[in-house]
Amino acid sequence: MLKEIRPAIVLLLALTLLTGLAYPLAMTALAGVIFPKQAQGSLIEKDGQVIGSALIGQQFTEDKYFHGRPSATTAADPEDSSKTVSAPYNAVNSAGSNLGPTNKVLIDRVTADVDRLKAENPSAPVPVDLVTTSASGLDPDISPEAALFQVPRVAKARGLSEQRLQQLVRDHSQGRLAGLLGEPRVNVLALNLALDAAK
Amino acid sequence: MTIIGWIQIALYCVIVVALVKPLGWYMTRVFTGEWTPLSPVLRPVEAGLYWLGGVDPKREQHWLTYTVAMLLFHVGGFLILYGVLRLQAMLPFNPQEQSAVAPDLSFNTAISFLTNTNWQNYGGESTLSYLSQMLGLTHQNFLSAATGIALAVALIRGFARSSMRTIGNFWVDVTRCTLYVLLPICIVYALFLVSQGMPQTLSAYVDATTLEGAKQSIAVGPVASQVAIKMLGTNGGGFFNANASHPFENPTALSNFVQMLSIFALGAGLTNVFGRMVGNQRQGWAILGVMGVLFIAGVAITYWAEANGTTGLNALGLAGGNMEGKEVRFGIVASSLFAVITTAASCGAVNAMHDSFTALGGMIPLINMQLGEIIVGGVGAGLYGMLLFVVLAIFVAGLMVGRTPEYVGKKIEAREVKMAMLAILVLPLMYLGWTAVAVVLPQAVASIANPGPHGFSEVLYAFTSATGNNGSAFGGLTGNTLFYNLTLATSMFVGRFFMIVPAMALAGSLAAKKSIPASAGTLPTTGGLFIGLVVGVILIIGGLTFFPALALGPIVEHLAMTANTLF
Repeated sequence: MLKEIRPAIVLLLALTLLTGLAYPLAMTALAGVIFPKQAQGSLIEKDGQVIGSALIGQQFTEDKYFHGRPSATTAADPEDSSKTVSAPYNAVNSAGSNLGPTNKVLIDRVTADVDRLKAENPSAPVPVDLVTTSASGLDPDISPEAALFQVPRVAKARGLSEQRLQQLVRDHSQGRLAGLLGEPRVNVLALNLALDAAK
Repeated sequence: MTIIGWIQIALYCVIVVALVKPLGWYMTRVFTGEWTPLSPVLRPVEAGLYWLGGVDPKREQHWLTYTVAMLLFHVGGFLILYGVLRLQAMLPFNPQEQSAVAPDLSFNTAISFLTNTNWQNYGGESTLSYLSQMLGLTHQNFLSAATGIALAVALIRGFARSSMRTIGNFWVDVTRCTLYVLLPICIVYALFLVSQGMPQTLSAYVDATTLEGAKQSIAVGPVASQVAIKMLGTNGGGFFNANASHPFENPTALSNFVQMLSIFALGAGLTNVFGRMVGNQRQGWAILGVMGVLFIAGVAITYWAEANGTTGLNALGLAGGNMEGKEVRFGIVASSLFAVITTAASCGAVNAMHDSFTALGGMIPLINMQLGEIIVGGVGAGLYGMLLFVVLAIFVAGLMVGRTPEYVGKKIEAREVKMAMLAILVLPLMYLGWTAVAVVLPQAVASIANPGPHGFSEVLYAFTSATGNNGSAFGGLTGNTLFYNLTLATSMFVGRFFMIVPAMALAGSLAAKKSIPASAGTLPTTGGLFIGLVVGVILIIGGLTFFPALALGPIVEHLAMTANTLF
């Protein structure tokens, strides 16, 4: 048995360096050359300033923008670091709500959101993804229905016609991959950037 | 449920089955030391490692030596990981200046990765430096996966050999698995993941100014290299807190589909390795058949439950299923499928929050883990877990007809059945025992997030996941407390090693036996009757063990939900 100690130490160290350092560092170098944009996080710049990542949702509250899904991410309370406070779309602390299906807190929150949205647009059914939090709290997408649902509000705030905005939403909707994988969706940041450009 | 949803599920199953033979062929050659297409490049590296370590690749080990070598390897791995976590503040590759990880959290995380559980009491982007992610977690992802596969191959040798004292050489198996199987696939896989949008960088987090003028700090890092082995090795520990639901850890529908494939690929391929090594590939297909029956049933129930949504959401007129805790790009079907796959295998990565699943949708992942994660299972661990159930099923069948039971030419006798029972009984002892303790201790109860029966499910899920070395969670439970860090670490340790050691003892005792030719009285173990028998034994043993606990959690919650009771 004692003669197993040498391979235990030597092979462990060798494989550790190989898989724990050589491999990730080599992949970092390779990825940086082949896919430089993706490797850095698919960042979007505007006027030389990073405004976000194409893959990471950000919070929109103004009427003139399309809004993303509710986000359950939190951050440390600046006044008491042992507590946390709500901080939607906090991209350094991804998290879901983890509220269960029979939790009153969940149903109360959703009810309040549904009431608010119904007041905003009484003509269409409320899309479920617009009142439920995503798993990561950073979902960059909403369903095409959820984008179309917001068209009347955005049109009013921007003074643009609803038809034009509906067309914009359709132009930015992505279908399933090969008609099969995933779900139809609209990237909220990309849509809002197009909206700003459409003035 | 939609047609297109079912087509996605069918496509997934077809591709997994198509991968079984090529992977089985390749892995069999790797573990029998034959020539492979990668040999010209890797043989010299392999030989160099043996020379450094003083390993004679021709010298095989008795099962006890094999097990001791495995345990020594783990002790070293534990020390490295624990050390890196505790010292990360002083080490390089720490652009966010993360401070040292607390002792109990480091202990929990080290045990967690060592045992291939990858339970996340740590927060990923908010807790760990890049060095901890690479040298700590990525490396242990490789080694725990390689160990699992090595052990499964050793057990297969036990079945395949006749009158031998040895079951292979642990060092050779681990080295070959890492060099020939895991690393080459991961290199290609990681590049694919980056192409989909997964970051792979050592730069610090990015500060962005959003369109509305707010500040958003965005966590990045060497993600792709870790996620590749995390999925392929059924480890499941996330780079980010939100795991595979984080857009950087699973950017597209395609990355999601390939991640799901990679969870099952090696585990399913090992059933074919089993068939090839015992000399009849149909033996492997029969095992995969048992797994397939249980898997499809689980997918159907979870997909149905999630697509139907919850009574609370439906009452508000919200159509489209239970989207709480799910991502739009995956939707209901890919989230449900992922949840069943990740718990059938002992992966534990999640692309949706299981805590927010419907009661029945979340019960299937729980059952998958309580059955011992034998539906394809963890790489290696799933196969040896399933073979333990096969031994029991054969034993039961032997009792029914009054003959000495045999399987692939080996007589199954008292010692084998005892070892199988020991391994199978230790799992419920851990998860039921600790759950019972946790629901009466006030400091443990304080960690529960959801009130009512769902809170009980959270605790049961935590200990089941830890014991089964899965690592997924009903994430509402605050696991990063002294009580849970220590008890969950105990569950993970016992769940891994009290399964491995009996399995290796079984391998040793089987290898020593003579192979006997099949006779007219031998139960055929390649057909539908055998598949039905094993499925039956799994469900009866599993059902009797954990049905009472399920009744207190998900089942009562489902009844409450249909009556629209809120807590």
